[in-house]
Amino acid sequence: MDTPVINLPVVDGNSRYRAGVMEYRKMGYWEPDYEPKITDVIALFRVTPQDGVDPIEAAAAVAGESSTATWTVVWTDRLTACEKYRAKCFRVDPVPNAPGSHFAYIAYDLDLFEPGSIANLTASIIGNVFGFKPLKALRLEDMRLPVAYVKTFDGPATGIVVERERLDKFGRPLLGATVKPKLGLSGRNYGRVVYEALKGGLDFTKDDENINSQPFMHWRDRYLYCMEAVNKAQAATGEVKGTYLNVTAGTMEEMYKRAEFAKELGSTIVMIDLIIGYTAIESMSKWCRQNDMILHLHRAGHGTYTRQKTHGVSFRVIAKWMRLAGVDHIHAGTVVGKLEGDPKTTAGFYDILREDKNPVCLEHGVFFEQDWASTRKVMPVASGGIHLGQMHELLHLLKDDVILQFGGGTIGHPLGIAAGATANRVALEAMVLARNEGRDIMREGPDILNEAGKWCLPLRQALDTWGDVTFNYASTDTPDFVPSATPAY
Amino acid sequence: MRITQGCFSFLPDLTDTQIAKQIQYCLDNGWAVSFEYTDDPHPRNTYWEMWGHPMFDIRDAKAVMGELAECRRMHEECYIRLCAFDSTHTWESLRISFIVQRPSQEPGFMLTRQETGGRNIRYETRAYVVEKPEGERYV
Repeated sequence: MDTPVINLPVVDGNSRYRAGVMEYRKMGYWEPDYEPKITDVIALFRVTPQDGVDPIEAAAAVAGESSTATWTVVWTDRLTACEKYRAKCFRVDPVPNAPGSHFAYIAYDLDLFEPGSIANLTASIIGNVFGFKPLKALRLEDMRLPVAYVKTFDGPATGIVVERERLDKFGRPLLGATVKPKLGLSGRNYGRVVYEALKGGLDFTKDDENINSQPFMHWRDRYLYCMEAVNKAQAATGEVKGTYLNVTAGTMEEMYKRAEFAKELGSTIVMIDLIIGYTAIESMSKWCRQNDMILHLHRAGHGTYTRQKTHGVSFRVIAKWMRLAGVDHIHAGTVVGKLEGDPKTTAGFYDILREDKNPVCLEHGVFFEQDWASTRKVMPVASGGIHLGQMHELLHLLKDDVILQFGGGTIGHPLGIAAGATANRVALEAMVLARNEGRDIMREGPDILNEAGKWCLPLRQALDTWGDVTFNYASTDTPDFVPSATPAY
Repeated sequence: MRITQGCFSFLPDLTDTQIAKQIQYCLDNGWAVSFEYTDDPHPRNTYWEMWGHPMFDIRDAKAVMGELAECRRMHEECYIRLCAFDSTHTWESLRISFIVQRPSQEPGFMLTRQETGGRNIRYETRAYVVEKPEGERYV
């Protein structure tokens, strides 16, 4: 790192605003003595400069390009309280075990952001800067959102507690399944899967991310058949049931239209995909708040920018944005399933969604203390290649406030869909009962399942079919602050 | 049929020993246990009758089981559920709820369909027993 003398900002007006190009660190975007204010937004970037670019200059450039700077000095800065509006990089640390990469801490004044707008926040923080040439790669790792800013958002329309109250379901994870095959079923056949799964014991079924309105099944058909299935299953079990009706569409107007129809039919929940964009997500959250609806978010597309450690946006940041934007459910990883998910990193995501205060926990990739100021909690969804043979691990790792979605593990059951659902529900309840009784489920889990399999044939058959299936691959998105790499289970 | 409300309805009915263990778990977590009973099993019947207040100050599972025995004696042919309430800030609701007694027969629900505009159907879930007045439904 360069000596401090070279890095000092130029304060003399004449020199600072002389026309031409000046290093970002000299323009006031590097302030090692800056103490972030309690109202500042703080962002942590993983910066990988091009060869020969000084890390401090690269970090200062990130601060500059994500706030007020352009590539050259402009005198019009002097018509503004520019020192306030400049983002300030105040700390640069090398990333452990990653030569060439640095963690840059950057503070942003609250006045830089429009209240209640994820679109505006992200336009600054991940706007131009990710294509900046002097950087090889850039990743937004974490953000500290000040309470003053958090309070400008309504947060989740429903939240974990009210959702549980509305569904009258307490004391265990909820169970869901995505209807499969995800494409091609007619409305009538689709509703059959919903009915069997809900009657068999699931709480929810789910449209997949790409089920919208296609030639094989138009959306109104799907909604009508699904609600027949939900109501029939509800009467068959005496329990509240639901199905996430995906309202994702090409325009906002069309999404509102679909959501209104879902409401008219008495659905408790609608669903959107992350790819509809931050503004559309916030709009749907407001709509749900006004219409007593739970809002499920499928994180379709996130893997394009969350998975690689060097470049993009960490999912923990997306989780924070989505809690502000106001979704009630979000897919957040399973650890043990088929999709990316390091156990410790995933624990960090779950904490961000479910806790009112997050302490710093570098081991889980949580770099900042975050006060949610009573913002409602988001229910994480664990979906993708999980099965009931992992029930003890899922309950131990993910705890009670989560929706476990066994799609293939329900629909692919040898005795049929309803049997698959029953097997999952029995396995879950048996495991919760045992854990509450003080049994060590991580050790005794397989025994607990086998005991229940003695009186529950569907469970026995499910264990025989999937009991040993595992997805043992190394994770790519892992914490930087652990002594050794964590296996992906 | 067997209504599946509550978090242990897919298991065989819990024995008193099993219920006591769950109560101990609730008490260890600092939750207040209470019992509620009803003879209207509709899934959206939120307010079951309270068997006294939540037992905020009782820390002994045996005493709670005594209350359950008394509640069962007074309401033999009713649903009874155990609820545990957590007053922690940002939760302030139930943490667990499960059925600890069922009527000997559960006739279930009728689903009625009223055809309305287009292909829309208005559904109503109605427990067969609610044709009779409260208190006479499961005798």
